[in-house]
Amino acid sequence: MTTLLNTMYTQITPEGIIDRYPNSYNHFVLPFVIGISFIIVYLLIGLIRILYHLTAEDRKKLLVSIFTPKTAVKNIKDIFCDCLIHTKIWKRKPLLGYMHSAIAFGWFMLIVLGHIEVALFAPRHLDSIADGALYYPIFYRFFIWMSPEHETLRGSLFFFLMDFFLLYVLSGIALAMYKRVRSIALGMRHTTKPSLADRVALYCLWAIFPLRLLAEGFTADLSGGSFLTRPLNWLFKSFFGNELNFLPTWWLYSICLGLFFLAMPFSRYMHILTEPMLILMRNAGLKVRKPRKGFAEAEIYACSSCGLCLDACPMNTQKKNLKYSSVYFIRFLRRHNEKKVKEIAEKCLMCGKCYALCPVGVNSPDIRRALRETSNTKLSYDYAPMDKFSLPVEGDQKADIMYFAGCMSHLTPKIIKSVTTVLESAGKKFIFADREGGICCGRPMLLAGRTEAAKELISKNKKMIMESGCKILLLSCPICYKVFKDDYDLKDIRILHYTQYMNELIEKGELKVTKGSLSMVYHDPCELGRGCGVYEEPRNVLKAIGELKKAEKERDESICCGGSLGSLTLDNKDRGKIAESSIDNLTAENPQSIVTACPLCYRSFREKSPIPVKDFAEVVCENIKSN
Amino acid sequence: MIDFGFGLSPSSRVNLDLRDKELFSKLIETESDALKCMACGSCTASCSAGVFEETSLRSALLNLQNGNKEKALNLLSHCMFCGKCTMVCPRGINTRHLILSINKIYQAR
Repeated sequence: MTTLLNTMYTQITPEGIIDRYPNSYNHFVLPFVIGISFIIVYLLIGLIRILYHLTAEDRKKLLVSIFTPKTAVKNIKDIFCDCLIHTKIWKRKPLLGYMHSAIAFGWFMLIVLGHIEVALFAPRHLDSIADGALYYPIFYRFFIWMSPEHETLRGSLFFFLMDFFLLYVLSGIALAMYKRVRSIALGMRHTTKPSLADRVALYCLWAIFPLRLLAEGFTADLSGGSFLTRPLNWLFKSFFGNELNFLPTWWLYSICLGLFFLAMPFSRYMHILTEPMLILMRNAGLKVRKPRKGFAEAEIYACSSCGLCLDACPMNTQKKNLKYSSVYFIRFLRRHNEKKVKEIAEKCLMCGKCYALCPVGVNSPDIRRALRETSNTKLSYDYAPMDKFSLPVEGDQKADIMYFAGCMSHLTPKIIKSVTTVLESAGKKFIFADREGGICCGRPMLLAGRTEAAKELISKNKKMIMESGCKILLLSCPICYKVFKDDYDLKDIRILHYTQYMNELIEKGELKVTKGSLSMVYHDPCELGRGCGVYEEPRNVLKAIGELKKAEKERDESICCGGSLGSLTLDNKDRGKIAESSIDNLTAENPQSIVTACPLCYRSFREKSPIPVKDFAEVVCENIKSN
Repeated sequence: MIDFGFGLSPSSRVNLDLRDKELFSKLIETESDALKCMACGSCTASCSAGVFEETSLRSALLNLQNGNKEKALNLLSHCMFCGKCTMVCPRGINTRHLILSINKIYQAR
């Protein structure tokens, strides 16, 4: 110790803290300084790039939202909950949530507390870069000598907190290491294959905190420590008895930090820095416009490559199809691998489960749609003949309800018959808009990336609906429902899916049903559940007319039936496999029948299911109380 | 070939010299399913756009094989991509992607 104290700086602060080095500098900080400077420059350039590619309107939106008190509060809350604590993971997989928050929140607290400590006890070092503002708070423990007689309660509290959060992070790191060996223990069946940069950054991240513990352990008798570092210091002393290990560990700690920052932009850990920006942009209401630039780029770099979407993806029933998951899609986008990106984008079912379960909230289905748009939107079309369409004339024509069955319902006349029967028995008058065939809602075109064509279909339908003077638009297909809700802007007209409407009729007492003995399981169609958030209404009705059983995974975790119109290239066989796995998931509690509220799911399940498949309207129709 | 003008109905003769083999083989390369079609016409019968104007994947495929590119594209130009034809195809052809590919390959000038 004497040799180290020889060069001691003589000024003692009231807290009894002495700078051990006159300039507060040692060569070992260099790797860290290089790393942190690199990442700061990289981030700035990235930020400018992203802002440059946003449209002027989007930039203005972003600026306004940052300074609007309401969204500002939401931003802070979201950044705290999503980036640091990761409440979304906690809710589904507590152990994984603990692991992540231990590393993220623990590290964050170490940095914040370290800075507060310096601000309180050695404030002059925060003033300028020349005084070491960049590295001093990080290596604070190396540069100071803490006189034991002067130790204050305030100082000890910080020693304790720093050790406590270090232990917290170390527990997270230990779990992370265990996860590499046995991911299922933390609730993950599949994990992402790490790339080279991922590996470098990962091993550095693993090394940073044990090294910090070692380094602070060696200096604990000089710079102070608490329950973790003090005993370690005593132990080292009794083994080594000299300070030869002192500098090498601090060097190693700095090198690991530097390497981590250097590997960061090319690895999954970029999400640590980009996620807050994504949250700001998302809360400002920005949407993906180009598949690789602007907002999409923020999403791409915010992907943490955690692999939660691998377990979520309905394609995971076959191992060969795992490569179509969002993690790999985003990884290839990041690497500009156009061929693979296109293949994955066209294969995806667009069920939205990866988006619903993504802890970062990367809307990869929307990026896929934008990507399809680049190659498909130029294709020509001719919808002039559709102008011939007119509403079917029946009686006085004045009805508040317009029923739009949609293309898919016309393939399953049973659904149409059931819906009309229910409406009639509730005494409702309605216009059946596409009784003799109608214009498609435009959603399939949108999903295929043919936005221009979709817009024309939408405008034709919109004109027809607005002119009819109806007040309620009733739909029996979730695909139509989604597009009518999101893209039509029908002003005062209420847009209802038949599950919502029938629930309303039963609650108001306009439709009377009897409770039967049939046990059912309800399948949440992707577009209705995850797409529009309709989960409760169909369940309410089914509980009233029979026994509702639970599926293994339901609501926002429900598995796509495989029939989705979202996929452009998935073949029949693979779709069949997905349908089978979805049925396995539904029949976990041995229900007597599967009930769904989508004509497409209905057809997909019918082909594969060992038990009867019924449509929601069909079941309601069977249980109408006859007077 | 000479048309003697004695026919009562218009000639349905196919002049295979006019057929663009290159484009068709390009189509088969990306869409091997195109050859699976047995021309049953389920797609045409169920077509949503067919209510308004003749739209038929079945005829379009036949026309492409016979070199009538313009007519084929015309038969598909009203397609709304709703996917009913995929659902009813007894051969399990991914009709939507087939239509997309036909448009992409034959519309390119």
